[in-house]
Amino acid sequence: MSSVMYERMRVNPKFQKLVQERGRFAWTLSAIVLILFYGFFMLVAFNPGLLAQKISEGSMWPIGYTIELCLFVFFWLLTVVYVRKANGEFDDLTADLIKDAQKEKL
Amino acid sequence: MHRLTSAIALLFLSGLAFAGPAMDAGGAKQATNWHAIIMFLIFVAMTMGITYWAAGRTKSTADFYTAGGGITGFQNGLAIAGDYMSAATLLGLTAMAYTAGYDAYIYMLAFFAGWPIILFLMAERLRNLGRFTFADITSYRLDQGKVRTMAAISSLVVVVFYLIAQMVGAGQLIKLLFGLDYNIAIFVVGILMMVYVTLGGMVATTWVQIIKACMLLFGGTLTLLLAYVQFGFSLTELLTQAEALHKLGPKLMAPGSLLADPITAISLGLGLMFGTAGLPHILMRFFTVGNAKEARKSVLYASGFVGFFFNVIFLMGLCAIIIVGQNPEFFEGGVVGGKIIGGGNMVAMHLAKAVGGNMLLGFLAAVAFATILAVVSGLALAGASAISHDIYARVIRKGQATEKEEIRVSRFATIGLGMLAIVLGILFEKMNIAFMVGLAFGVAAAANFPVLILSMYWKGLTTRGALWGGYGGVISAVLFVLFSKSVWVDVLGNKAALFPYTQPALFAMPIAFIFAYIFSKSDTGPRSKLEKEAFEDQYVRAQTGFGASGASH
Repeated sequence: MSSVMYERMRVNPKFQKLVQERGRFAWTLSAIVLILFYGFFMLVAFNPGLLAQKISEGSMWPIGYTIELCLFVFFWLLTVVYVRKANGEFDDLTADLIKDAQKEKL
Repeated sequence: MHRLTSAIALLFLSGLAFAGPAMDAGGAKQATNWHAIIMFLIFVAMTMGITYWAAGRTKSTADFYTAGGGITGFQNGLAIAGDYMSAATLLGLTAMAYTAGYDAYIYMLAFFAGWPIILFLMAERLRNLGRFTFADITSYRLDQGKVRTMAAISSLVVVVFYLIAQMVGAGQLIKLLFGLDYNIAIFVVGILMMVYVTLGGMVATTWVQIIKACMLLFGGTLTLLLAYVQFGFSLTELLTQAEALHKLGPKLMAPGSLLADPITAISLGLGLMFGTAGLPHILMRFFTVGNAKEARKSVLYASGFVGFFFNVIFLMGLCAIIIVGQNPEFFEGGVVGGKIIGGGNMVAMHLAKAVGGNMLLGFLAAVAFATILAVVSGLALAGASAISHDIYARVIRKGQATEKEEIRVSRFATIGLGMLAIVLGILFEKMNIAFMVGLAFGVAAAANFPVLILSMYWKGLTTRGALWGGYGGVISAVLFVLFSKSVWVDVLGNKAALFPYTQPALFAMPIAFIFAYIFSKSDTGPRSKLEKEAFEDQYVRAQTGFGASGASH
């Protein structure tokens, strides 16, 4: 029976919409994290001198520390963005989808 | 200096385990620390009370393994943060910031960056497909017996190596902090862990984690505030003084020697990021919440706490350069700049004493003990579930075991693992066990993670591919670590390492993926066709959560 339900959901256009949109969203955010993270590691490996410089003349804030602090905050903000959208919009769509499939049973 | 830093690096590779802290401490036993002992006893009394309460609620297998799925996202977030922020994080990374400066911060980002990825790509599917162990997911549409056995073996490898590292670390730390004998410390940790897990199962383990995470966040933040106020909460002031004082000088805030080699840097990054996503005790936490919504929230809160705490301990390490580094009270023989009393890992403790006196020192010491206890409990539960749920209930009894039988087996398994941990902890006391953490992470990243992610994302994965990928990953990760300097030279005493890098992930992960791909692609048996077809239903369930095991409370 649940196989029948899965089949009904799979053919529902809402399912395609959910999978595509959420998938694209998740992969975009992942790509941002991976590119920034490994990009930063490349800087560490190949241009450590740059990270050691201060952000401006007379300031004590090193570029590396400042970038990393921003990455910590930014990565966490991305998790906030994802959870809001996934728990809101995408979960509503999912609930719709399951309701549709259950209605068909009748 | 380079040797020292790479030793520290290895030691704290995981950020989770506490591997051989007293290696440079000379094993000195401190005077009995009564403040710490009293506060620790309060913690034990509290957690025992919770265990008693939890025992009454632990009736079904779901209660035992996953607290009946009744943990909220916020609670689980704290518990995950508790699992992830171990004594090594508090003590080891503070020590690393103190000696190596900015490098410690780079490590912290590597520990942290795995979490958003876990959220975006895994959390939802883990929750929607899994029930008690991650083998539930990998074996979802594959051969139950073979794939579960493989997943259980690699889980147990991770758990056992991790447990040894934790136990040895615990014994040495407790000797230092509390002035207790090493063997007594090992027994205390082992027995308390058995009590928590066998009686209270996941409910108790989760609450132990939550309480400990709160204590850790509170103690760390308070110490930082008391220290940072001396610099008027000004980073400029702090860095000016620290750079003037530290032997690295202006290089304190520059990337140092730890990650100079790009291959090591990238391999480390991969190992930390994907190792986290393959640790059985972390994965198990995703099954303790009721649905995908709460699973996502768990990661949101967990990564918030973890990220915050990393920033706290990095600043703590910098403050310690000035506050601890100039105070003769904390150096052997009162020689400033000489050997730190109790070794480098005691920097955080000395800082607590300097800014908050014996009360704060005692509190932080109790937190460190509680931390170890909580982490070993989580590990033991994950190991026990691999034995009882995967091997006993599914492979040996083929799903015919009653819940009562399964819980009984998992209790015996916990006691078995606890005794094993005590025995191994005592056996390995004098050994250099730093490699074990690397091994645990290597196996997690190279065996658990590839098969898990492929089973969720790739329709073409078959039983044959999963087995080759999984076993290929375990064996290659183990061999790479065995042939690397940390075991081949440092433990076995050979002259030169056969494998030039200390980090296996960059090499072992591709092996697992390539094996899984080739042996799935070439698998044309009738069974493989059914397995690929079964992906369709699995995919809908993974996406929608329909049919997922829900909360039983």
